[in-house]
Amino acid sequence: MQLLTEQEAKKIIDTVLAHATADETSVAINGSRTGNIRFAQNMVTTSGERENLTLTITTYFGKRSGSVTINELNDAAIKSAVQQAEEVARLAPENSEHLPLLGPQQYAKAANYSEKTAAITPAFRAALAGASIRPCREAKVDGSGYLEDTTGFIAISNSRGLFGYNKATSIELTTTVRTADGRGSGFAVQSFTDASKVDSKAATTLAMQKAKASASAIELPPGKYTVILEPAALAGNGDSSFLSNFMGALDARNADEGRSFFGNKGGGNKVGEKLFSDLLTIYSDPAHPEVPAMPFAPDGRPQEKVMWVEKGVLKNLVYSRFWADKQGVKAMPAPGNIIVAGGTKSLEEMIRESDNTILVTRTWYMRPLNQQSLLVTGLTRDGVFFIEKGKIKHAVKNFRFNESPLQIFRNLEVVGRPVRIGNNLVPPVKTRDFNFSSLSDAV
Amino acid sequence: MKRADFLRMTSMGVGALMMPDLLWGNAVDPAQFLEQAPDKATKKALADAALAAARAKGATYADVRISRYLQQNIATREAKVQSIANNASYGVGIRVIAAGSWGFAATNNVTKEGIAQCAAQAVAIAKANASLRTEPVYLVPQKGLGEKEWKTPIEKNPFEVPVADKVALLMEVNNAAMKEGASFITSNLSFVNEQKYYASTDGTYVAQDIHRLNPVFSVTVVDRQTGKFKTRDSLSAPMGRGWEYLEGTASEKLQGPAGLTLYRNKYDMVEDAVQATRHAKEKHKAKSVAPGKYDLVLDPTHLGLTIHESIGHPLELDRVLGYEANYAGTSFATLDKWKSGNFKFGSDVVNVVADRTQPYLLNTIGFDDDGVPAKEWDLIRKGILVNYQATRDQVHLLGQKESHGCSHADSWGSVQFQRMPNVSLRPSKEKLSPAEMIRNVEKGIYILGRGSYSIDQQRYNFQFGGQLFFEIINGEIKGMLEDVAYQSNTQEFWNACVQTCDAGDYRSFGTFNDGKGQPGQASAVSHGCATTRFNGVNVINTQASA
Repeated sequence: MQLLTEQEAKKIIDTVLAHATADETSVAINGSRTGNIRFAQNMVTTSGERENLTLTITTYFGKRSGSVTINELNDAAIKSAVQQAEEVARLAPENSEHLPLLGPQQYAKAANYSEKTAAITPAFRAALAGASIRPCREAKVDGSGYLEDTTGFIAISNSRGLFGYNKATSIELTTTVRTADGRGSGFAVQSFTDASKVDSKAATTLAMQKAKASASAIELPPGKYTVILEPAALAGNGDSSFLSNFMGALDARNADEGRSFFGNKGGGNKVGEKLFSDLLTIYSDPAHPEVPAMPFAPDGRPQEKVMWVEKGVLKNLVYSRFWADKQGVKAMPAPGNIIVAGGTKSLEEMIRESDNTILVTRTWYMRPLNQQSLLVTGLTRDGVFFIEKGKIKHAVKNFRFNESPLQIFRNLEVVGRPVRIGNNLVPPVKTRDFNFSSLSDAV
Repeated sequence: MKRADFLRMTSMGVGALMMPDLLWGNAVDPAQFLEQAPDKATKKALADAALAAARAKGATYADVRISRYLQQNIATREAKVQSIANNASYGVGIRVIAAGSWGFAATNNVTKEGIAQCAAQAVAIAKANASLRTEPVYLVPQKGLGEKEWKTPIEKNPFEVPVADKVALLMEVNNAAMKEGASFITSNLSFVNEQKYYASTDGTYVAQDIHRLNPVFSVTVVDRQTGKFKTRDSLSAPMGRGWEYLEGTASEKLQGPAGLTLYRNKYDMVEDAVQATRHAKEKHKAKSVAPGKYDLVLDPTHLGLTIHESIGHPLELDRVLGYEANYAGTSFATLDKWKSGNFKFGSDVVNVVADRTQPYLLNTIGFDDDGVPAKEWDLIRKGILVNYQATRDQVHLLGQKESHGCSHADSWGSVQFQRMPNVSLRPSKEKLSPAEMIRNVEKGIYILGRGSYSIDQQRYNFQFGGQLFFEIINGEIKGMLEDVAYQSNTQEFWNACVQTCDAGDYRSFGTFNDGKGQPGQASAVSHGCATTRFNGVNVINTQASA
């Protein structure tokens, strides 16, 4: 019931617009069913499902606006929500930066929905959890993990005739395996649109291998090393990461206002400048078959293929409609996916071709130290290894690092074959002079 | 209708509509009205239906939460209001034990049919997972409480304060900063009201009305000549208070070292924005810190987060047991250390208390989401680890017979699990002010505010920064420092704690959205403490460290 069809969503939108008296009204409807199973210590700890349907109404009288979100969608509730949003809007101060809402737009056909994910049952989740838990029990290691699937839709519309509808599914499995003595830990992640692609056993096998291999870690002195950052070390897993800190800084207004690395002294920004290694190319593409994304931004702007960095040259920044209008440039919305273009080398090949290099599985608890240099601090986690002459020689104790994604991207030596993580496509990367600042006793 | 009345109404969430419909100038169906904000008897009837449906499907235990969550957020920058957003979310979450396993389901369809389906789905989920269990879930006994109520003791409901008053406050804050020389300022007010109704098959029915607010700003000063920018964030603490928290009164202000004005139970946002701008300007001229060992004097606006990260999180029993291994991590404070009875977490002056009872603190409630009354207990006594934070399904693993009351879910749609209560460092019984403390420091740094915080997944190694750093030389503050962070090990750090100020300096720090769990849930939690000194801590220069 929470997963409305395009026609059902249109009906609610029509109700909202029929009640609206403001100069402009925009509407967003989100519905979803999300299910999960969580396990630790080789047993299921919590598991549940949640369904919800929310309606957000934003109204404008001239440049005054107010917004109300509700999740009780009967006619009376919708009517009073419209009225409430309008009252707030009437009384709000003017926002001189408001631009008229967008009119009708053309959106590409989306491919970010899978019937197989939409049809998930509790038994399906239990089977995937079981395929992770049972091998851990047999191997006498501590298996933990989390599987979450979401089936949802978003419909956006406004009083100028814009309409967009997108149905989406996603599923992600993460697993962390620890040795029984607590000295080793390994991690693996798989993200898909289609639930049938999840291979719980394969993910668990990888995490288990890493856990066992990392159990007898040797302490290396902090300092600068050549490292291979696996995709989860570059892009994180739902947490702050080198990549998220980098992408978050691509805001044109912050750059033009002089409060970003991408701004220039005295004004302007660095678009067009060669800032990074030739090996760095980052783009977004909602139509990419491996990471299909929503074809529109929340404010109705179409999502297109956009090059952010090409062969080390900054090509584009993210603009609000207001700032783009003021600067006379195209208003590029924040992207729905990030694709770090890579080569053809697998992680194994990259290891084979490395010497005196540290392999990092995953990063953790990254926090900014300097918004201008994008310096961040964080820690390694769930498997750090020393590579000598093309082979993993031994595990290494965890480090804290103080490092900037700008340096990582300047010092790239190899970019491997990208894999999907979250809704992004991220390769393992090899980079030199990576700064480990201290040791951590954590496993 | 008077403009003020009109404003007052429009500041309320849709779900909180309690006034007669004629005020809106149009009729609302009374039955509809009831469904949007059901009275207690209706909620009880719906809750009983949920519990009965769960039992009928085979649940041996069930609890149900029928709750409405109201949020209002006002965001501004400089002279502009960017958004005024009201959010109302209403739904039901049903948790069951069936075939010895937990199951949970939630829906916004709060009708008898919706609830029956939801209860059946929760039981189906529990049964689907039963084959993977080794031990059935065990809950320590909790006597049914009958019907109970609890309310955050607010004086002025923020949802009844006109939006125009809130906007006016933020505009005054922004104007004051810009006048003082800020290049940019963003300011926000967030208000939360949780109207929670909990019932369980133990015979407990609890209605709670919980309020919190979070006033924040961030001032930026750009130097176009050097191309550098400096920021200073507000030194406010989010609180379990009403609008009265923002009526900054002199009696709740403390005159701190370095000419600072600090705030206890009321906050003067405009005044802090002015001093923040001065600080951001001064940062452009501040000396970059020389790395080395320093004695640190940590203000509650800063130390609260250090307590949170290095004491609060490692003493969560679910982390200790490994339940968070796949996400937040585990803990160095293992059960064997606790069982030894002599694990020296900190020095003798380190006395840490957990509670859900201190007035105004964010995690203070009447009853937790397991139906357990709020309480207070020691975590660390004279430096020795003495207890953890636990829920009904875990506390027996400590050999204890009563839950600590740490169960919390962040919405009707989330399952409850163990969350951090208020965790506070007890102040010294001997009289000591921050100024007196600083007078005895030869080489130190006085740190205020929340900066960059990072700690490993077992809570050993941390690196913490702040908003403001003042150099102390021979008992005197000599000016501002920049690029400061201290890097330490939790046990080493708390054993370097030498002195804490008295209750006159005791203040609370709060974090409005502490994340934990999968799926991720937010929780609001406070940490009380007085200014505290730590000797010989390793300070790094963050710019030189890269």
